[in-house]
Amino acid sequence: MIEQTQGAQPATRARTVLIRRHSVITRLTHWLNVLCLAVLLASGLQIFNAYPRLHWGQYGADADPAILEISARGDPGAPRGVVTVAGASVDTTGVLGLSKADGEWTPRAFPAWLTLPSYQDLAAGRRWHFFFAWAFVINGLIYLGYGLLSGHLRRDLAPAAEELAPRHLWREIVDHARLRFPSGDDARRYNALQKLAYVAVLAGLLPLMALTGLTMSPGVDAAFPILLDIFGGRQSARTIHFVTASLLVAFVLVHVAMVVLSGPWNNMRSMITGRYAIRRKGPDA
Amino acid sequence: MIRLTRRRLLIGSGLGAGALALGGCDLLEPNDRTQAVLRSAETLTMKVQRLLQGRGALAREYSEADISPTFRVNGTSAPDSDAYARLLEGKFVDWRLRIDGLVERPQAFSLAELKALPARTQITRHDCVEGWSAIGKWTGVPLASLLTAAGIKPPARYVVFHCADELEKTLDGSGRYYESVDLIDAFHPQTILAYAMNGQDLSVGHGAPLRLRVERQLGYKQAKYLMRIEAVDSFASFWGGGGGYWEDRGYEWYAGI
Repeated sequence: MIEQTQGAQPATRARTVLIRRHSVITRLTHWLNVLCLAVLLASGLQIFNAYPRLHWGQYGADADPAILEISARGDPGAPRGVVTVAGASVDTTGVLGLSKADGEWTPRAFPAWLTLPSYQDLAAGRRWHFFFAWAFVINGLIYLGYGLLSGHLRRDLAPAAEELAPRHLWREIVDHARLRFPSGDDARRYNALQKLAYVAVLAGLLPLMALTGLTMSPGVDAAFPILLDIFGGRQSARTIHFVTASLLVAFVLVHVAMVVLSGPWNNMRSMITGRYAIRRKGPDA
Repeated sequence: MIRLTRRRLLIGSGLGAGALALGGCDLLEPNDRTQAVLRSAETLTMKVQRLLQGRGALAREYSEADISPTFRVNGTSAPDSDAYARLLEGKFVDWRLRIDGLVERPQAFSLAELKALPARTQITRHDCVEGWSAIGKWTGVPLASLLTAAGIKPPARYVVFHCADELEKTLDGSGRYYESVDLIDAFHPQTILAYAMNGQDLSVGHGAPLRLRVERQLGYKQAKYLMRIEAVDSFASFWGGGGGYWEDRGYEWYAGI
């Protein structure tokens, strides 16, 4: 898969080799996924703001106990933003519960700069959310179909048995903690931690987002009541949807941090043009 | 050097497009074309859900033990009109449910007449568009039996529910609550006109004397304070033309999601 070599240096010196790392389908679906998840997150927070409480079970409304609540409370003249999780409260004034919108202190769960649209409009938030939910699902199915047919999933993402050995995993964890990333021919492949993270997102979090989202739909529940049994009810599904979205945000933060720490230009180029530079020693392979 | 520039350009334009896409959303929001594109998902959602459900798939029915201890009152808590106040004072003896429009035999039912008809009781989940849910037990007359008695004329495609409550006070009356469903949902076995909730006569807060239950859709479809049911071929001529109070304010007509 070597596309291009630079210079004809003596065989013992390091050379930069551009390899083809990501197929065009992987790159397109990746960036569409970035767009979809960004819109879904911002419009999802808009929808959450309409009822900023999470419950467990089949039902849950104002009079029922909440697992999590984001609210503005206290003295009506000087309210505070508060997040309450399992009975413990944290003051989050300025960001959660009470924040400035157009210069005015406004009681709202997530602040204007995190929601789509920025102003409170549940109907508009739903329109963005459901349009991009379809785009996200179709995009994901295209990636999945391509990944299965081309062998991408099996070849590049399924970890080999030796990669899952505790000693190997421990070495990779230590290397990552020291910010020592694979180089040379080792950088051609995803490392085991990368594979595990990507598989957890692709096979775990993303399908879980779609399924818990569908469970909140009364129409889908009529067609597939088993969803209510799997997730323990519409309100549980809503809570899992929120927690899973939070885990996806955490993944994206780590993912972007790793991109930056392990060579941002090379990584970005490989995800845009497909070409990834590796330095290798020794004679031509 | 050239490579560096191209690389920067590619990355820069990628990031720039992303920022524009998000930052520009508020700007795009009022744009009719954007809205038309976003709304296309509603048609897709409805078609796919209907395909997966078939006509008869039932919403889950729960047990007595699952009923919410408190069922939140939402929307109007008491219609604010003299006419409704008089009906309430008279315990709805003078109230009539009219069924007209594109029907062979227009009907008018008193509450006692409705209660004398074969009833259906179902314990179902009420899902608010905001995100909360409450489970309640509803008893009422299947809408299908009333529509069959009235005889739907072939051009009719929808059933419009006219309500006694005004959720928003307006001079032209456009704040009056109304709703509509198509004939698939109108004739669905769980679509009932409920006069009782949790074994008691419907309270004012929950829509006395009669409310709609259309169980495969969201809460705003469950119109309260029913006065009149009208079979129509199109709801475009009613108020905002969206087919319901909340639909006229931007919410989906098909509220299965």
